[in-house]
Amino acid sequence: MAKIGLFLARRLVKAAIILFFIVLINFALIRAAPGDPASVMAGEAGASDERYVELLRQRFGLDEPLHTQMFIYVTSVFQGDLGYSYRQGRNVSALILERLPATLLLTVTAFVFALAMGVLLGTLAAMKVGRWADTAITTLALISYATPLFWLGLMLILLFSVQLGWLPSFGFESVGAGFTGIDRMLDVAAHMVLPVLTLGLFYMAVYTRLTRSSILEIHDMDFVKTARSKGVTEGKVMVFHVLRNAILPVITFAGFQAGHLIGGSILVETVFAWPGIGRLAFNALLQRDYQVLLGVFVVTSILVLLFNIITDLLYTIVDPRIEVE
Amino acid sequence: MTTSEQAVLALRDLSVSLPPGGDRPLAVDQVTFSVAREEILCIVGESGSGKSMVAHAIMGLLPEPYVKVAGGSARLNGENLFTMSRARQRAVRGIGMGMIFQEPMTALNPLMRVGEQIEEALKLHSRLDSRGRRARVLELLQDVGLPNPGDLRRSYPFRLSGGQRQRVMIAIALALEPDLLIADEPTTALDVTTQKQILDLIRKVQTACGMGVIFITHDFGVVAEIATSVAVMQHGKCVEYGSADTVLNRPEHPYTRELIAAVPHYIEHREDFTPKGQALLKAEAVRKVFRVGSGFLRRGRELVAADNVSLSIHPGETVGVVGESGSGKSTLGRCIVGLHKADGGRIVFQGTDLVGLSRKRFRPFRKDVQMIFQDPYASLNPRYRVADIISQGPIAFGTPRKQAHARAEELLELVGLDPSAARRFPHEFSGGQRQRISIARALALDPKLLIADEPVSALDVSVQTQVLDLLDDIRHQLGLSMLFITHDLRVAAQVCDTIAVMQTGRIVELGSCRDVFSRPQHEYTRTLLDAIPGQGWEIPKDLRHLRADRARRPRELSQ
Repeated sequence: MAKIGLFLARRLVKAAIILFFIVLINFALIRAAPGDPASVMAGEAGASDERYVELLRQRFGLDEPLHTQMFIYVTSVFQGDLGYSYRQGRNVSALILERLPATLLLTVTAFVFALAMGVLLGTLAAMKVGRWADTAITTLALISYATPLFWLGLMLILLFSVQLGWLPSFGFESVGAGFTGIDRMLDVAAHMVLPVLTLGLFYMAVYTRLTRSSILEIHDMDFVKTARSKGVTEGKVMVFHVLRNAILPVITFAGFQAGHLIGGSILVETVFAWPGIGRLAFNALLQRDYQVLLGVFVVTSILVLLFNIITDLLYTIVDPRIEVE
Repeated sequence: MTTSEQAVLALRDLSVSLPPGGDRPLAVDQVTFSVAREEILCIVGESGSGKSMVAHAIMGLLPEPYVKVAGGSARLNGENLFTMSRARQRAVRGIGMGMIFQEPMTALNPLMRVGEQIEEALKLHSRLDSRGRRARVLELLQDVGLPNPGDLRRSYPFRLSGGQRQRVMIAIALALEPDLLIADEPTTALDVTTQKQILDLIRKVQTACGMGVIFITHDFGVVAEIATSVAVMQHGKCVEYGSADTVLNRPEHPYTRELIAAVPHYIEHREDFTPKGQALLKAEAVRKVFRVGSGFLRRGRELVAADNVSLSIHPGETVGVVGESGSGKSTLGRCIVGLHKADGGRIVFQGTDLVGLSRKRFRPFRKDVQMIFQDPYASLNPRYRVADIISQGPIAFGTPRKQAHARAEELLELVGLDPSAARRFPHEFSGGQRQRISIARALALDPKLLIADEPVSALDVSVQTQVLDLLDDIRHQLGLSMLFITHDLRVAAQVCDTIAVMQTGRIVELGSCRDVFSRPQHEYTRTLLDAIPGQGWEIPKDLRHLRADRARRPRELSQ
């Protein structure tokens, strides 16, 4: 237990250092883009004269030298303050927190869906290798793998919403329907089907291929032969000897995907008008709302770092050969 | 030999078919033999002879449907293994027979505790409750000579050494006291001292339970050590079958005779080497430390691979470095070639200390010291033609392309291959041929010193002899010096003038080949020599001359 504590402490220190550089780089990158928020706001207000822009700059602290601005920003981030969005007139933290649940609901569901289906299909394909079931699954995986997300999303909407009318095409829930309890949950679930499919299919395909090839590889290994020579039944050989080992690379990749849970959904949230972080970031980008954009970056970076630590920890539990030192 | 009525296993006309398009239609062609209680039958043959297929067919572990039993019967205690139901087969596999595999490193499930893996068999086939099973697991671990069974039961395989893992495998195979134990090259991947222990163990458990044993091997030393009867296989057929005494001492089939003649052994008639002039290479107190598991914010622990190693190689001398895995013998070789940077000491090559030379200043010496690697399958770039592989070095040192290619063809001829091999790719060659290409590659730069790191340990015995003879031949022709790294004392005895015995990073004994073998000084050297299998057996006199003949005609014999 002490070992795990030490491991966590060390990883957290590392993560903090990495986060510091991420914040720095993000800040520099955003400032490298042409056009500052003051001129955009002034332009939108229809008053683009120099003095007004200058006034706005002073108010937002944009007239300070860049390194001072950077210093102020970084210190406030590490104090937990992500800044204030003048466009929205609200705290960035509040904005992000408000949108976070919708995004997490979407991405976590997609993650679980992709993982469960991927491992299942991959195992099936490996067990029926070379037969029609394998061919069908591999083809499905290949198609899901190769289709661009946004196109898939649009096609799903066309088919299930426009043509068949089975599922809603956008939003988090039916506006003004006033559902409560179970009804509301069902309503949200119906809204989730298409975005989850769109987001999850790609990863499902990845897991399917990964599981399939991993199982095929493990299947010929000596310890599987050992198990058979003990007279273990085929089903048990598959679950306890093959699958247990074959799942390791899948976990590696799942950790990688988990890091993308927040950032990866921008496209899907835009296509399906899902009120999450992705859309927040997208709109912030269009409006040059630096504080919000930077805030989203910080939050997603923290999540990526966190999931990396969790994956590593999980790995030490699943695979006794990897130790926390 | 016993009649089939008393036999534990009676194999009759076993044939195993390969998928169409293989190099032959039958992997195993009408093999017949039987194993009685307390009998150890050794199946001997080279890779591809089908000896493992026989074992897998008996165990029902063939990769069906691609490879399957095509005919014949195998009766275990009178019951035909090939016609019984799958469920019965599984039961028989646990209770009637057990199997041990060649590679102990991969034969255990890495994610399951050792105890669980032994218990699995008990769970399936015995009526023991969990307490009874645990007691039996502890008893088995004790029986196979593992220390601390209580703790070991709960550890994972990666914590165990190769020898320990092989003991666990034996424990698994013995869990239900089978009548037949099949051991598929169980000691090939092990060090010589561990091999001896495992052989002793197998013999011990065999006498204790009165099992019949099928022992597959390519090593006649091992055969001489344990066999009561021997079956020799070639191209899927059993070419000779008889008692150990007959096959070892009065072999009849030409293939058996060839195999026995190829067994490496100390050649008495060779003269001792007398060093003349200055040493070509002098290593003084070489030290190499590896840091394991270090990283950002972490120091890791230190592993001393070579410590205070000193030896010298004179022009024309072959120095053998002998030791078990982890003794630091390869590290030493790599330090001399400059693949590792030594952390201390001096490596003086013709008056220049190579340790501490910058990359650029080291470069001219790369020509003079060349290396031959162990695995001929991994040491040649599969995307390059043989001509390019061989001439890459000279071209890098400024030889015109055309000239280098012409030289490559000459070298191929020198190592006993056809010059037309230059236009082909490595995968078109067998292991022995690839090792010849590796030698040609090493020779392309006209080196003064060759470092041969286990150059024959991945090869079959008959091919091994050819490559050793070739190396010896070339060395004399070109007046090369050689550092010959090997774990096999018999091989070292055959080619080396001087032998350095290494143990845990240090040289514990250094002397002429004759002295080391006839008057070993260090305890460890004696242990190593003592562990050579089959010492009581001498290669029949009429077969010894065969060896001398073959060395002179490498071309015809290059398979």
